[in-house]
Formats: sequence, C-alpha cells, structure tokens
Amino acid sequence: MADLTTNFAGIRSPNPFWLASGPPTNCGEQVMRAFDAGWGGAVWKTIGEPIVNVSSRYSSIDWNGQRMMGLNNIELITDRPVETNLREITEVKKRYPKHAVIASLMVESKREAWHEIVKRCEDAGVDGLELNFGCPHGMSERGMGSAVGQVPDYSCMITEWVKEAARTPVLVKLTPNITDIRAVARAAKRGGADGLSAINTINSITGIDLDTFTPRPNVGGNSSHGGYCGPAVKPIALHLVQQIASDPDVGLPISGIGGVGGWRDAAEFMLLGCGTVQVCTAAMHYGYRIVEDMIDGLSNWMDEKGFRTIGDFRGLTLPKIMEWKDLDLNYKIVARIHEDKCICCDLCYIACWDGAHQCIHLNGHAKPADVEAGSKARIAVTPIAKLDSGRPVAQNDRLPHVDEAECVGCNLCWLVCPVPGCITMEQIDTGLPKQSWAQRVGQ
Amino acid sequence: MSAVPNGNLVRFPELHPALDEPSALMEANRCLFCFDAPCTAACPTHIDVPRFIKKIASGNLKGSAFTILDANILGLSCSRVCPVDVLCEGACVMLRYNKKPIEIGRLQRYAMDWFYSGSRSLTVEVQAAAPTGSSVACVGGGPASMACAAELRRRGFEVTIFDNRPLPGGLNTYGVAEYKLRAMDAQREVDLLRGMGVNFGQAEVGSEVSLEGLEREFSFIFLGVGLGAMERLDIPGEDLAGVVDALRFIERYKTGPELSVCGRVAVIGGGNTAIDAANAASRLGATEVHLFYRRTEREMPAFRSEYDHSKVEGVHFHWLAQPLEILALDGRAAGVRFAVMQLGAPEGGGRRAVTPNGTSFEFPCDMVIPALGQSRLTGLMAARGVDVQDGSIRIDRPTGRTSNPQYYAGGDCVNGGREVVDAVADGKRAAVAISEVSRG
Repeated sequence: MADLTTNFAGIRSPNPFWLASGPPTNCGEQVMRAFDAGWGGAVWKTIGEPIVNVSSRYSSIDWNGQRMMGLNNIELITDRPVETNLREITEVKKRYPKHAVIASLMVESKREAWHEIVKRCEDAGVDGLELNFGCPHGMSERGMGSAVGQVPDYSCMITEWVKEAARTPVLVKLTPNITDIRAVARAAKRGGADGLSAINTINSITGIDLDTFTPRPNVGGNSSHGGYCGPAVKPIALHLVQQIASDPDVGLPISGIGGVGGWRDAAEFMLLGCGTVQVCTAAMHYGYRIVEDMIDGLSNWMDEKGFRTIGDFRGLTLPKIMEWKDLDLNYKIVARIHEDKCICCDLCYIACWDGAHQCIHLNGHAKPADVEAGSKARIAVTPIAKLDSGRPVAQNDRLPHVDEAECVGCNLCWLVCPVPGCITMEQIDTGLPKQSWAQRVGQ
Repeated sequence: MSAVPNGNLVRFPELHPALDEPSALMEANRCLFCFDAPCTAACPTHIDVPRFIKKIASGNLKGSAFTILDANILGLSCSRVCPVDVLCEGACVMLRYNKKPIEIGRLQRYAMDWFYSGSRSLTVEVQAAAPTGSSVACVGGGPASMACAAELRRRGFEVTIFDNRPLPGGLNTYGVAEYKLRAMDAQREVDLLRGMGVNFGQAEVGSEVSLEGLEREFSFIFLGVGLGAMERLDIPGEDLAGVVDALRFIERYKTGPELSVCGRVAVIGGGNTAIDAANAASRLGATEVHLFYRRTEREMPAFRSEYDHSKVEGVHFHWLAQPLEILALDGRAAGVRFAVMQLGAPEGGGRRAVTPNGTSFEFPCDMVIPALGQSRLTGLMAARGVDVQDGSIRIDRPTGRTSNPQYYAGGDCVNGGREVVDAVADGKRAAVAISEVSRG
C-alpha cells in the first residue's frame, strides 16, 4: 500500500495534495471542511493589509462545450483583517494538528513589515510560510506580488528579510510572467528559501463580449488583465517546473501548481520533481470532494507501478528531458491505421494533407478537393426497400492508408484520431546507430 | 394560411421537439467534423452537414442556415420529415463506434427555426435577370417544383409554379403527418419562394391550362406532378361511407374542418403512409387502431423508425391479412373480412410472395383506411413526347431531362415515390441543367 505522507522542506502533511492560496482557503471554516474532505494541506489565502475587491472577479474559457478550460481572476489578497485570519489559523491547527497550514504572505516591501507578519503568523501556529511574489494583477501595481517576483534582486532581498525572522520553512511562490523563471528561482535560493511553489497565475485577458465589446470579467463596462489558471495552463506549468527542477543552481523542493485537477496531473508534476502539488481551479469548479480520487488514484497507480513513497518516483522523468540537439535523429516511427477500428471520419487524412506531410491517402492519391467533388457529384437517394430491392450496397471507399515511405512520424494523425487504438505510431528499424544533431555537426 | 386549422397544434404535438440552445451547442460540439463526411454524401441534396453544424457551434447561425439553404431550399421541411436514420444520421461515423449518431435532423431544424423566426425576415438572394431571359413553368406545387423554381430564381430565371390546390406545397402541405411537419411550416417555405420572386398560379394543368399553351409561353417546363390518387383495394364495399383512403384522410385533418374519429379503425397497408394514418387516427380519438398488412413485419416497407414510433402510439399490428370485402351495416362500413395469407418463396425483388391459406376472418370496425400506395402515371404525357416507363417519367438522371428536351422532370413522378429530400435533389439538378442549357 502506497504511503502518501509527505515531508516537504520540513512541512509535514498526510498527503501531497494541498489547496493553493486562493478562494478555497479564504477562511478557517472552509479549510476545516477541506481537511475533512481529505486535503493534506492548505496554503491560506494571502494574508496582508486587507484590500477592497471589485465585482465581478472571474472569467473563463470554455472549449467545445466544456466549461472552464481556463480560469482568470482579478481578485486580490484577503479582504479580512490579519487578526481574524490568524485567530482562525490557530483554531484550525488546534483541531487539525497533523495537517499542513501554510500562510501565504504579501505585505509592502519594508523589512519591518515582513518581520512583523512572519512573527504574527508563526505565533498563530502556521507550519510554513509562502511568499506571494507572483500575483500578477492589482497588487503588482502597488509594488507587491509579481512586481517583486519579476526582479530577482527584490525577490532575494525580501526572502532574506523573511529568513531573518522565520522559524518555519519559507517557500517562495514564483511568477511565470517573466522571461526566464530560473533567474528568480536562483535569487530565492540565494535569499535562503527552503522551497519553491510554481507557478502562480499567468497574465491574461480571457475574452471580449462581442455585443458590448467589453472585456471579461466585466467591471462596470471595463476590465483589467487577470491571472490565468486551470487545465489550460498545465503544459506551461510543467515546463517551468522542469526548468527549475533541472537547474543545478536551484536545487530546492518544488510544490507544483498549475492546472492540477486529478491524480494524473499530480503524478506528472511529481515525475518532474515536485514533492507536493497545489490545487485551486479544480476545487473551485467541483468542490473539495475531488481530492478523494486524487488520493485513491495516485495510491492505486503507485501500487501498480511498485512505488511505495512519492520519493520513489519523484523526478524520474527529468533525465529524459534534454536539449533538442541531443535527440536521436535516427529514431524513426510511422503511423499505422488499424482498419478494424477505423470509423472513416477521415480527420487523419485532412490533417495530414493540410497540416502535415501529405502521406495519408484515400482513393489512390486524390487531393482533398477532388475527393469532395467526387462525393458531391454522386447521386444519392433515400433507400426505399420496395423500390431498391436487388440494388448493390455501396462499397466503403473511405478507409485511409498511410504511405509509410513518406510518413515523417509527426504524430498528427494519431493526435486527431477520435478512436483509441485506431492509429498507432510504430517504430521502424532504420538500421542506423543513434546520432544527435550535436553529434552530426560535430563530425 | 387561414385554411390551416390550429387545433392540430394540440392534438399533434411535434414528434421531435426543438433543441434549446445549450443542447444544440452540446450536440454540435459532439460532431467530429469528418472530412468529406458520409452524412453529406448520404444526403440526396448533399447539404454540407459538418459545416452547418460547426457554424452552430461557433454561434454563426446565419451562416449555418445559408449553408443548408444553399444546398436545399426546403431545409425546414426536410429537417422535420427526412427519415434521417436511413440518410445522414444512418451514415454518421459515430455508429461505427458504438456511439449515438449526431442528431443532424434536429440541429438542422435548430438553424432553420432561427432563420424563419419572427422578426428576422431574411431572404435568399437571387440574380437580377437571366442571361437569356428564359422562363420556366413548374407543373405541380410540391417539393420538386419548389426546389427547381428556387434554384432557377437564384440563377435569374422567371419561374411560375402551377398547382391545382388552394395552397402550394404539395404533400408537404397536404400529405405529411402533422406531428412531423405542420402545414403552416410548409407555407413558410412557400413564402420564402414568393420572396425570391417565384410566381404561383392555381390551375389544373391539362384542363384549365394546357401543356401546349405552356410550351408556347415558357422556354422550359419542369414536371413535378407527383403520383396519382391512392390505389384502390378493388374489393366490394370500398365506396361505403366510413371508408377513406390514407392521403385523403391526412389531407382532411391537416387542412379541413376539425375532424375527429371514434370507435375502432382498420388501416390496410404496410407503408409509411399507412403508419401516418394509423397514428393520426389514434390521436384524433379512435378507441383502437389496427393495421393489417398482407406480408409480415420483415417485409413491411415502412421505415423501422416509423414502425417503432407507431407501436408507441398504441397501434396494433396484424400480419398476413389481405382484405376480401368491406362489410356494411346500415350503409356504412362496419368491418372487414380478411383472407389469412401464408409466405411463399422469394419473388424477383427478393420479397417473399404470399398466397391465401384458404381461411378468413372478420374484423368489426367503424372506419376503414386503405393505404396501398399512390397510383403511377398513365400515358398522359406521351402526347407531348415525354416518355413514361412503368408509370414513371423517364429522365436522364444527372440532368432530369425527359425525352422531350423542352421538358424536365423530378420528384415522385420520376422516382416512383421517395422522400421530400429526393424531390428537392431532383428539382435542383433539373434547374442546374436548364440553366446550363440556356447559357448554351
């Protein structure tokens, strides 16, 4: 049976699933319900001088009928007094001593202000601190959030201030809205951080109402750029996590954030080196209950793979990510279409012709326009048994075929095929030894 | 329009209610957007189905509606009456994948309802004047002529449709079951054609207006005359009160005064029209509706979906029963005597022959509705040099041209009685051919 207990940079929790700082961790009543549902930890909604929010605050991207592929928010940090948050933290820790409560912090860039908030939070009983250097909207205009996170020297300096006062582990939450995330990760390390959280939300404008020309979310006919998150950002988050995890000058534990909605996402972040993951959008979409399958699914997968602890597989994929110049130029795969599974939607055909290398064919080598013209020229009638008896049934001539000699192995047909297992990409033995671009030009 | 009774809205709620916006979007998004889609190939008018569906998904309903109308001017009626499970939806690749086919018919209706709704008053653009100044007469006011006329108007021809009934639209107006297509919806398509500049004339061609006259007045004549009256049973008692053939019955309840049915009804025949009549009798108040067919379920020509629907309507089916005589009581039909049949060897067409087994039975009822199919054409056209073979006008299939080059033809009078969409396809092909011939 898999052991999910976690010690992340010195912060212990019953499992690696933490709620990220945000609306689901706004108050003690919520965090306690989240712990009851199974969450291992919670990063409290960012504490600082209480702000005033606008209405509305969220907008999202729907895709092909699915809601909230990506979510955007322009909500600021907590709007509740510091003492209220701290009193509730104390209460939560009293009732849930084994769960991780981490205070996300954001105050003005003054040493005394940081010293004071750190001391007050630790006195309230938090297990760790997360410095919010990532919030991309609103607070950044006041010199906080990503305004700090985008300047490595500021990040280093404030981390140092915090470390002067802190007795609990200090995590720095990184913004993706920067050219090279490693620069800030290294600065946090220099400042003495114990761990990193990545990524914060991505600057975004989700959309515009085409009747009123108002951007979303609508605040009295106007809007402002917001922070983008949810399933759509996961690939970006995975890349940035890998960048930090692979950097020899960083070497800190990473709490992975960005589009985690299920155990598969969590496993992927962990394979790229994360020790815990943080979740916000999925919990906002479906509620705290989603954690049950995260725990169950990850445990079952670990059992199946023979991993006892998260440490057994953390970072396993990192050595497989390398620079393009080191990839094997002589590795060759081609597409195979399994006719017994093909439903003849011919999406692979048009994708290959218009979006790839013209090596999937119908009816000989006809071009798409000729194929369509042929169908439109055919006379079709409603089959009427009484009138049509004895008429031959039309042959299916829609089966696509791959010209393997021309196939470059790009994967596009396999990606667009709606039927699992219908197209497989299969390795062809080229008879050539491994050779990378670096090796080839080095010769 | 005033001739169309509204009581039918209550008695005949629609078989397939309209999709609401979220359902339409969800269904439109489910469509895979196949290349050279089989649904499009299966549609006799080759509506670009994935294209109009993806336009629904993108919120471009105007574009969706015109994608449909460009291919099929009767997109509204087809969306309601097409037997989609043997056409577009039957060809949907989802079926090969053990998934429900995309609800193409209902999505088409969604786009068409948008097009025809209230204040929108959209019209189909037509060309100002024909390059040749040619004019065309379309004889018969049903779907074939309407499609031919619309396509010709688009290409700038002057077109007049002649029909002998008060309202144009042919079987769409008078013959399609009310729960599939309401007469008032059929009239919306007539109004669309009027808006495109199609002229409508009420006249019986052959008596009030002669074909010779039309030949002199018009450059081309399109024959979309459909089939004749329903075939007679040719048994004693057929002319008794209480006996009404299926098409007259449907026409009466659709457009005539409020009609109600009481008591037991016997419907004779196994086709789609027999089913429509049986369902209608049930909805109009019959206590029991019994359908008698001389072969069995397997040989029944009605579409499977129609048969299944009818069972839900509560119609009782009886197989291997051929009527011998309609029994009278006080001058009214009071029952039918049927011969019991038995199945024999397959005939030329593959269907099994039936022969009487020597026994018979009587079925007491209050109304008899024969539905044996419509009669074929007689040699009426021969005098104009238009060849008729086995009751159908002979045409060159891709162009619809008859043996007399001034005459084109399409629809039931050519294909022996198929669907509205087949008539539309025939009419459109003929219009394209006429246009090409005129251009020289």
